[in-house]
Amino acid sequence: MTNATTRPASDYPPGGDAFRHRHLTGIAQLTPWEISYILDAAEQWVDLNRSGAAKHDDALAGLTIINAFFENSTRTLLSFEIAGKRLGADVVNMHAAQSSVKKGETLIDTAMTLNAMRADAIVIRHSASGAVQLIADKVDCPVLNAGDGRHEHPTQALLDALTIRRRLGKVEGLTIAICGDVLHSRVARSNILALTLLGNEVRVVAPPTLIPPAMERMHVATFTDMDEGIAGADVVMMLRLQNERMDGAYLPSAREYHALYGLTPQRLEKAKPDAIVMHPGPMNRGVEIDSSVADDPARSTITEQVEMGVAVRMACLDILTRRTRKVPGWN
Amino acid sequence: MELKPLLIENTRLLGGETGRLLAVDGRIAALNPAEAPEGAERIDAKGQWLAPGIIDLGVFATDKPAFHFGGITRAALMPDGGPLDNPGLVERAAKGGKPGLWVHPLAAATKGLEGRELAEIGLMKGAGARAVATGRARIADAGVMRRVLAYAASLGLTVIAHAEDEGLTHGAVATDGEMATRLGLSSAPAIAEAMAVARDLCLVEETGAALHFRQLTTARALGLVREAKARGFPVTCGITPAHLFLSDTAIGDFRTFARLSPPLRSEDDRHACLAAVADGTIDVLASGHDPRGPEDKRLPFAEALPGMAGAETLLAMGLQLVRDGHVTAARLFDLLAANPARLLGLDAGRLAVGLEADLILIDEGTPWQVDAKKMAAWAGNTPFDGMPVQGRATMLWKGGQRIR
Repeated sequence: MTNATTRPASDYPPGGDAFRHRHLTGIAQLTPWEISYILDAAEQWVDLNRSGAAKHDDALAGLTIINAFFENSTRTLLSFEIAGKRLGADVVNMHAAQSSVKKGETLIDTAMTLNAMRADAIVIRHSASGAVQLIADKVDCPVLNAGDGRHEHPTQALLDALTIRRRLGKVEGLTIAICGDVLHSRVARSNILALTLLGNEVRVVAPPTLIPPAMERMHVATFTDMDEGIAGADVVMMLRLQNERMDGAYLPSAREYHALYGLTPQRLEKAKPDAIVMHPGPMNRGVEIDSSVADDPARSTITEQVEMGVAVRMACLDILTRRTRKVPGWN
Repeated sequence: MELKPLLIENTRLLGGETGRLLAVDGRIAALNPAEAPEGAERIDAKGQWLAPGIIDLGVFATDKPAFHFGGITRAALMPDGGPLDNPGLVERAAKGGKPGLWVHPLAAATKGLEGRELAEIGLMKGAGARAVATGRARIADAGVMRRVLAYAASLGLTVIAHAEDEGLTHGAVATDGEMATRLGLSSAPAIAEAMAVARDLCLVEETGAALHFRQLTTARALGLVREAKARGFPVTCGITPAHLFLSDTAIGDFRTFARLSPPLRSEDDRHACLAAVADGTIDVLASGHDPRGPEDKRLPFAEALPGMAGAETLLAMGLQLVRDGHVTAARLFDLLAANPARLLGLDAGRLAVGLEADLILIDEGTPWQVDAKKMAAWAGNTPFDGMPVQGRATMLWKGGQRIR
């Protein structure tokens, strides 16, 4: 299925900028048509990535992209690195563990250092909410948020929206249940913003200890009963449960969590018959999701999400560097 | 040097009637005297307001330029720096403002402010401490708090407490609500304040000790104090302008200058605070002056330290309360000077014959804009950055001596 099916929410604004932001710090800054614009742009990169041997484009040739990861990550870092390289950019990775951050250098000083190296885009992951915005305010090049604390993880929400759109033919008017540790999840926040913005009914399903305050202000319904929460859902989106949440402070144990909130085949029957199951990875098999669900190609989109991740990140890098590259119409 | 008598004329006393004030030998000698002594220095105030110098109850730094800009002649210093838990440190802190500023140290309630063992409150009183304070946090152990209250009461000292239940607020940097959730910040429910107040009010009832909550910022907590006052308990409370003029929306964009302790609250709570100022539940308006440089503030929100540089904006924001009709001008100066003086047992804080001539002249109408980059304070961490305000202190006397 291609993008021919829908452009949800609205068409691009007549005569306006298709994407007026210098950075991608969060979904909160985006309009529905800007989200659609990124998703549409990502489709061509899906095609390129599937095209066989020569998965390469030189759109970003000569540009330097720094992946500055202050928090450990394998999948997202790899995804951004591949995205940059497929577009022909020179990609450099900076891991916090090897950097001066450990030696007490402040985040601002690190940002100024990266800026002085004249990167053309900086991709940042950091454990503190707001850290990416702080850096974006100090540097001259586009900054992409690859996850900051519990705040936002915009490319994850975009790749999830693209996955849903390709699987179900649209990403509006759907019932989507986001299940698990919403309190500590930036994936949940970005997805709530993106999916409500695109016109879906979003539900949050979690133990009461892991639901953030004032969720009704985010235009979502909250459920503490998993069966009720996923009843009739088109999409069941599972979140990763960090091991440290299961030590008694938030949850009594992993097995109790699995009993009450684990996605089992029986439980999934409460959702729509053709409902899809998503997970941002890495999964705790047997805790939040059963293997038989995760590995069912008819239901699970988990590997497809990874694939869409590369395409969405290619689209974001392409769009955000167009001003630098003096692409006609982008100034 | 001989101090000449001082006559301030053509001035609106506490923003009210036009009159004159005479100070002799550093004390207020007469209001509206018919005659002035020979050789008196005459000041024509040209209709500006005359008020007692502001007594700022609970600051975290002796920041003289900021205090003088703000019309503050006396500052009660919180014990956190140091901490002020022995008489030597208290004595030194008390001298820290000379000349030009009275510093009244607040004695640490417990050794090292650790909330476990009583500090030498009696000796610190002898060294100049005017009250006892629990510091930035409350005393978690109710047994220790009870002993602190009873002990301070026996010495005739008020205990100044912080009101947040540490179990609920542990790790939190914001109030529960839409803002904290959208920003992905760890937050605590607003009832953390009322829970702390409820415990301490029980202990006041038990010990009969005088207790002042330095900042109360929620409807629930203020309701408890209102009730306790009606029952005649010796309880008072204060607030800073931040909680009267800003709500938690001010932390949007992760503005660390708006990271305060207690955190900025909901709009409903803000309105409850304004009502409590108007109905007399709140007794003290203070700056909470806590200058923080970029090393403490130019950080991700949760890693930044709480606190605001408030001394320079205290008066202007207070005058805004008058303009908005929440308080009369006379009541504003009760909040800023008379009530803090009473709490600290000071011979100042009012325009009354016999009191210390700590005075400020106020140009109450002239507009200016708060600019974090151009502050007199040694750091510009104001949550009011960019806000247009009105009114500032134009002249300042301490003990009849012109400072500014």
